[in-house]
Amino acid sequence: MESITPTKKQRTSGPEKQDPNIDKTEAVSPWKEAYWQLRKNKLAIIGIIIITFFILVAIFAPLLTSYSPTEVGAGERLTSPNADHWFGTDDLGRDTFTRIVFGARISLIVGFFAVSGALVFGTFLGILAGYFGKWVDMFISRIFDIMLAFPSILLAIAIVAILGPSLENALIAIAIINIPIFGRLVRSKVISIREEEYIMAAKAQGMKSGRILFHHVLPNSVAPIIVQATLSFGTAILEAAALGFLGLGASAPTPEWGKMLSDSRQFIQSAPWTVLFPGFSIMLVVLGFNMIGDGLRDALDPKMKT
Amino acid sequence: MKKPVLEVNHLKTHFFTDRGEIPAVDDVSFHVNEGEVLGIVGESGCGKSVTSLSIMGLVPNPPGKIVGGEILFREQKGDKEAFEDLVKVKPKRLRQIRGNQVAMIFQEPMTSLDPLFTIGFQIIEALKNHMKLTKKEARKKAIELIQLVGIPRAEQIVDEYPHQLSGGMRQRVMIAIAMACDPEVLIADEPTTALDVTIQAQILDLMKKLNKEKGTAILMITHDLGVVAEMCDRVVVMYAGKVVEEGDVRTILKSPKHPYTKGLIQSLPKIHQREKRLYSIPGNVPKPGSIKTGCRFAARCSEVFDKCYEEDPNLLELSEGHSCRCFLYEKEGEVAHV
Repeated sequence: MESITPTKKQRTSGPEKQDPNIDKTEAVSPWKEAYWQLRKNKLAIIGIIIITFFILVAIFAPLLTSYSPTEVGAGERLTSPNADHWFGTDDLGRDTFTRIVFGARISLIVGFFAVSGALVFGTFLGILAGYFGKWVDMFISRIFDIMLAFPSILLAIAIVAILGPSLENALIAIAIINIPIFGRLVRSKVISIREEEYIMAAKAQGMKSGRILFHHVLPNSVAPIIVQATLSFGTAILEAAALGFLGLGASAPTPEWGKMLSDSRQFIQSAPWTVLFPGFSIMLVVLGFNMIGDGLRDALDPKMKT
Repeated sequence: MKKPVLEVNHLKTHFFTDRGEIPAVDDVSFHVNEGEVLGIVGESGCGKSVTSLSIMGLVPNPPGKIVGGEILFREQKGDKEAFEDLVKVKPKRLRQIRGNQVAMIFQEPMTSLDPLFTIGFQIIEALKNHMKLTKKEARKKAIELIQLVGIPRAEQIVDEYPHQLSGGMRQRVMIAIAMACDPEVLIADEPTTALDVTIQAQILDLMKKLNKEKGTAILMITHDLGVVAEMCDRVVVMYAGKVVEEGDVRTILKSPKHPYTKGLIQSLPKIHQREKRLYSIPGNVPKPGSIKTGCRFAARCSEVFDKCYEEDPNLLELSEGHSCRCFLYEKEGEVAHV
């Protein structure tokens, strides 16, 4: 229900705001143009609506429910969805709806910090490798290669095994396994942009290499980083759920979606709602981020521009 | 008599590749006088661009490296004149000279501007790089520069992005950036090659105007003899990394001496020509470093004789300011010196 009304609003307000696009004399920054492109993409808009919805749910979680996510016996055990318990209850009588709503907080926070961490360290290492080249590049790239040689979830399990199972450590593990993805992306982008003529022109103006790097090379590599970050957001949430499912993430009472899945998997036939709702939530969030990511890629890809 | 602002002496820029050392620029000497336009002409791969990059200290390293010679740049300090060797100077000092005293514009105006920033931002960046200016002053100066290079609606253009301008406009912006700090020498590496003919003429006119009004010496690198005829005071003809002929533009175009220069001029289309095919010099430019002994042009030369394959000719001064690297003029050259 919620998703239908905003779509209509978007449609009606669209044409009015697009008028400046026709007026060619106005300065159109590449970012503005990307924004217009993004607004034309229906899938991306749906993705944005889904994610906005989940963010709002996460923020206003306590207002949406009268139960506590860890309250045992809020209702009878394994009751099917009804007026009191919209998504039913689990084997300990906890309200599934409440747990999903609070779980959104955990998933989004884990996704945000894991992606931020991976982005900051990955970008930094990628810049070092791409800009300095030679042995620095050799060293950093080989580490990335080694990390990427492992299946990412296996590496995450290994890291959590070393650090000890907890939500924080799962977050750190997810951040670490995503570093090489950003690192390699930034490195290749830096290398290709270094060869651009405007970088040569900047050098010919006598600009310092630090300024060239941070004012010209980095801003021009930002578009694919944004796309990757959005897509990684979805993957990170999925990985957090996987670690939770394996019992390597959040511990017992925490309403983490992956953990909820694994706790209820024995009731998949007798009480399918205990598994369906967390599973469906994970799917929706990941789908939302992927849709935004794809939309951003189309909007930011300079080759698509006319 | 005009004094030189830039002197290139015995410059050698080599590239170190897997297939060995390649001398892209091999013992090249020339000078640029103050306020003049010097053309460097030659086919692709003859070392024109590498020469210009060597002056700017922008030869990609690795694989390229300046292995010998000097690039003297005249520094005016009050009444005193001092020459600085751009090959030996520290990177920090070289950065101060780049853009400030020696500026460069490139062949591809479409990609020479950063697509993410406004024209104004990029001109202001160039200004602030070498001068202390407040935001307001810098913006005012940027608008003045845009007007200087003949772009209308300067107040609007400052806030526009490169993709909103045409190629010719962008090259004008590049010139504005290059002229931002009033350089003594402007190096133009094929500035009009990527533009269509009418825009070419406009850009050349603009550069000529700046040369006359501001007294900026221009080092014009081109393969287009038409550009040379229009713009240059003196010409240096390069072939396979070496200077083969040097002289003022009239002498070179009216009475070229070196067989290569003759061939180049002969291969120009003439307006009354009735022949179906244009003349072309037989053969291709040799790969740099592939000819070890003798004259590098020998294999393609129409007036070749035995000696050409055995010895490398020296640059002979034929008359005041006109020199040529060819055995044909050995006697004349000697006579000229007596």
